[in-house]
Amino acid sequence: MLSRRRFFFRAAISTLAAEVALHFRAAAQRLPTVRPNDAAAGTSAARAITINVNGVERTMRVEPRVTLLDALRDRLGLTGTKKGCDQGTCGACTVMVNGRRIDSCLTLAVMHTGDRIVTVEGIAQNGSLHPVQRAFITHDGFQCGFCTPGQIVSAVALLNEGKRLDRDTIRTEMSGNLCRCGCYPHIVDAVLEAAGTS
Amino acid sequence: MNPFRYARPSSPSAAFTDFAGERRARYVAGGTNILDLMKIEVESPPLLIDINALALASIEVTGDAIHVGALARLTDVAENEQVRTHLPLVAIALEESASPQLRNMATIGGNLLQRTRCPYFRDTATPCNKRAPKSGCGALGGELRREAVLGTSEHCIATHASDLAVALAALDATVHVTGLSGNREIALHDFYRLPGDTPHVETSLGPGELIVAVSLPLLSYGARSTYLKVRDRAQYDFALASAAVALDLSGKTIRQARVALGGVATIPWRSLQAEALLRNAAASRDTFERAADAALAEARGRGGNDYKIPLAKRTLVRALEIAAA
Amino acid sequence: MSQPLVGAPHDRVEGPEKVTGEARYTADVVIEGLVHAAVVPSGIANGRIVAVDDSEARAAPGVIEVMTHHNAPRVSAAKPADSDSLLFLLQNDRIEFDRQPIAVVIAQSLEEATYAAQLLHVRYEADHPETNFDAAPRYVPKEIFGEPATHQRGDPEKAFATAPVRIEQTYRTPTEHHNPMETHGTVAQWNGEHLTLHDSSQWAFGVQRRIAKVFGIDAEQVRVIVPYVGGAFGSKGQMWSHVALAAMAAKLVGRPVKLIVTRPQMFGWVGHRPQTEQRVALGAQRDGRLVCVTHDVLSETSVSDEFVEPCAVFSRDLYAVENYGMSHALPRLNISKPTYQRGPGESTGSFAMESAMDELAYEIDIDPLELRLRNYSERQPDSGKPYSSKQLRQCYARAAERFDWGRRVPQPRSMNEGRLLLGLGMATASRNTHRTAAKVRIRANSDGTVVVACGTIEQGCGSPTVYAQLASEILEIPFERVRFEFGDTNLPEAPLAAGSQTSGSVGSVVVKAATWLRDKIADLGGTIPPNGIVLDVADEPGENDESYATQAFGAQFAQVVVDPDTGEVRVVRFVGAFDGGRILNAKTANSQFVGGIVWGISMALFEKTRYDARTARIMNANLSDYLVPTNADIPNPEVIAIEADDPHINPAHVKGIGEVGITGAAAAVANAVYHATGVRVRDLPITPDKLLV
Repeated sequence: MLSRRRFFFRAAISTLAAEVALHFRAAAQRLPTVRPNDAAAGTSAARAITINVNGVERTMRVEPRVTLLDALRDRLGLTGTKKGCDQGTCGACTVMVNGRRIDSCLTLAVMHTGDRIVTVEGIAQNGSLHPVQRAFITHDGFQCGFCTPGQIVSAVALLNEGKRLDRDTIRTEMSGNLCRCGCYPHIVDAVLEAAGTS
Repeated sequence: MNPFRYARPSSPSAAFTDFAGERRARYVAGGTNILDLMKIEVESPPLLIDINALALASIEVTGDAIHVGALARLTDVAENEQVRTHLPLVAIALEESASPQLRNMATIGGNLLQRTRCPYFRDTATPCNKRAPKSGCGALGGELRREAVLGTSEHCIATHASDLAVALAALDATVHVTGLSGNREIALHDFYRLPGDTPHVETSLGPGELIVAVSLPLLSYGARSTYLKVRDRAQYDFALASAAVALDLSGKTIRQARVALGGVATIPWRSLQAEALLRNAAASRDTFERAADAALAEARGRGGNDYKIPLAKRTLVRALEIAAA
Repeated sequence: MSQPLVGAPHDRVEGPEKVTGEARYTADVVIEGLVHAAVVPSGIANGRIVAVDDSEARAAPGVIEVMTHHNAPRVSAAKPADSDSLLFLLQNDRIEFDRQPIAVVIAQSLEEATYAAQLLHVRYEADHPETNFDAAPRYVPKEIFGEPATHQRGDPEKAFATAPVRIEQTYRTPTEHHNPMETHGTVAQWNGEHLTLHDSSQWAFGVQRRIAKVFGIDAEQVRVIVPYVGGAFGSKGQMWSHVALAAMAAKLVGRPVKLIVTRPQMFGWVGHRPQTEQRVALGAQRDGRLVCVTHDVLSETSVSDEFVEPCAVFSRDLYAVENYGMSHALPRLNISKPTYQRGPGESTGSFAMESAMDELAYEIDIDPLELRLRNYSERQPDSGKPYSSKQLRQCYARAAERFDWGRRVPQPRSMNEGRLLLGLGMATASRNTHRTAAKVRIRANSDGTVVVACGTIEQGCGSPTVYAQLASEILEIPFERVRFEFGDTNLPEAPLAAGSQTSGSVGSVVVKAATWLRDKIADLGGTIPPNGIVLDVADEPGENDESYATQAFGAQFAQVVVDPDTGEVRVVRFVGAFDGGRILNAKTANSQFVGGIVWGISMALFEKTRYDARTARIMNANLSDYLVPTNADIPNPEVIAIEADDPHINPAHVKGIGEVGITGAAAAVANAVYHATGVRVRDLPITPDKLLV
């Protein structure tokens, strides 16, 4: 594992050095004649992108400025993922990207071409609730339910992170998901139970 | 957000070439800071250059340093065994940052460039010299609770927000950058700029220059280090005051020390004065208190942030106690 | 049915929907042809709009219309009733608080609307805003929720002058914003002169009536549908400006409009708990018996509207004391109108009163719990009425036992946990609980299922579960056969889901309806006709309701640790015992109590809206700087429900329990912090900077 990492790092550095040298010359020749707008990279127009959401390839047209959260909710109709703040301060929009939990409000849909996204709609399998979902119901880990999709996805991701979980670590590890109803102790109960059964 | 062009270059050179074509461009990696600022109109770049396709995410030990690629996520660095073993102050600073979700997104390079949480900087209805040069400082005479007491000027008192950068200031890490004018290495103590009368200039990065890696020196006594973050909430909160410290102890005597403060200064604040006082002194509460007095000797409160001076002192004393234990 | 259904810890019936993301909230509503609206909030807190340049906004891609005070439909923003709020509906150029709505941009997509809203250029003529709570002109309101704002029994002043022991202190609580996780939002659609609203509200019928007044139409022309409400805590009890703005925008563009309030805008026009300053004077005998209590309250209100935080109601109705005085006065500031927030008055008032009681206990050196017992009231002190039930003594005893209060060494800074200072504190909880008129429709189907329908809402209190439990127990049918429908003005009318009144109000009429249906089925020989049985049933408080004082009570015990170096406070244990009448569902009730305690901890340690004193601009209008607790901040509160049948309170025998949990909780924490540190913090929140001694 270590040697693989080392290889990647060296490869990156050496490629970089070569490119920098090349670019240096090219830039020196080119820059004076280039008007900024002519060299404009990228486009602001809507483009078709394909992302894998809950195991299904989904294609949609979005402007670059559309967040992953708004793409899921407004373009794909997956409204389970919630917008609580749109500023990365509450965790209601938590989804998994390539297995890791993130806040989908602070990333762009166009940045996720080819990524595997799992939303709350993709947690239950074949119509059967995930142990985390069942435990949230049993332990009343929600009241209004608005933060719940984010809590559920965050908890499922946490279980996959492979940490040893006790009450205190769960409290810390779940601190990126605010719940205003004050269900925290019951959320901890639910995650503890799911950690023991899943 | 404003409409913007989006580019996803596959090499650093392509990235800064894109930048050269549009000097108002911004790079995006984790997105946690730039997209937040774009939503609140503090930033409105016409071009966003997504650098996630660059192969810059590795972490490896080479000789006397841990080299961390700029795109390594905070989670990866915090969980890295080498970092945890040799430089706990870095691992702790990262673990105490933001939330698990944000740590999975945010990158090391991006974190070094994290912008202040000063409420005036973040509110376009108020003046701010950092956001809009020459518009004035809204924080002076305003809501001061989170404003800085060290490194301030009459033009800006905004606190630097990063936890990681405080640990890196203590280590005096090296920032590796690349750009049109080539590769350079910048020592952390040269990386950040005091606000002075140009608070909008925050680092010594040139236009379009890209952080590619950060080297964390394997300080011989780095294992005896810690980061202490004091905040209102137990998690997911910015520091009211923080301290990154490392101690080289021989018995009860301090041979060398590293000290940096966060949450109280306009830049990650290394205190050479405190380090000098600690050197060759006994590792005692009394020594630590004198070092803390030295670290805050030039601090200036403006009312609502006066408490940060005693709080930073206590935070530093406590951090030194933890490191010495 | 051998096993009682009521009280059983049934899982929430909507649980599967809520854990899979299927549960729909207002922002999730999609209607054919929907367009998006973004509100432009003001950047000043006092003054007027001199000019609006909307050319750039109008030219932005996707923009359909920009609605300002120049072109907004003319409507009535006035208050039809005292209980309503003045609305800010772009009818003139005046601005009187920070983030007042001054325009609405309507565009094809959310991104386009949001961006174009940033392109509106507004020139203001700014006046100096009134921000000084201490110096602003103040006035005495005519009443507080129908009761006198100023009131006296006995002669508190004279008693205080001669009292052997006197405590006189001033306590402050800050402005607090509710910040439910779901921001407010409305989807508005016109069909001719008929309006349909999807709205995140605690009171569909209140919105229906108010919006009808705005447009000068009949309430029957308005249908309000309330999907699941993602938390409210009082902030969604009023109809605020954006609801009408969404309907105005929909009228202007002739399309259905979705308007979702952003998180920073949650600090604008949707209400907040007002900051208070409370002077509490206690006179007592040396043995701790109170001879007088005076509770004088200042709470901020807005320039053109009135809200009173009724803090002194708590002290008025709690301890057996002969001489009592209370007053409420209101400084007018350039802020938006305050409103009720979980435990209005009693949460803030209990912080002051129960802190003062702790100070008295130290003054005369008796145990704080013993002090409460020496002043225990057997009848409501002010009205003289008997309590419908009162199990407060049991609450004190059970909570103290569970908490092991006896281990407490009274001297401040005398207990430790490692290097941390340990503190134990307690306080009394109390919340008035009432009921109002409500209606339900009950329908028995020939397949044996029963539908109970009521236009109340579900905001996390468990309505669909507990009313099904109530009905199924009376009908003696399995719980699963009863379904509760809610959230629509097409259903029978329900009162405002707030003020700890819903289960008493709706619950009582559910009891009445189910009882009627049970008897009817019995009359029919136990069979249900093919086309079913249906009846609309109404109930309202009768004379009996006036004969008793109806209050929920509790005892709150907090254990904190304080870092002696950094002043960081963490609540490590909490025990609350509550007298909440009959418990309809042990599981959801526990969540209500715990939630209240969490709010109390939050009030004690975190929440404060921070204004720039020069401009009245709110400088922490987000969830990073306006702090609410994270999971890591909350211990595992132990809740004990002291159940006792209360046949007098209402036909459902229930007390509201959504709010009693917050009362006293902040005081218990503050008292524990004093015990840990010797520092008496009289202005919330208790942050590290206040403990650097």
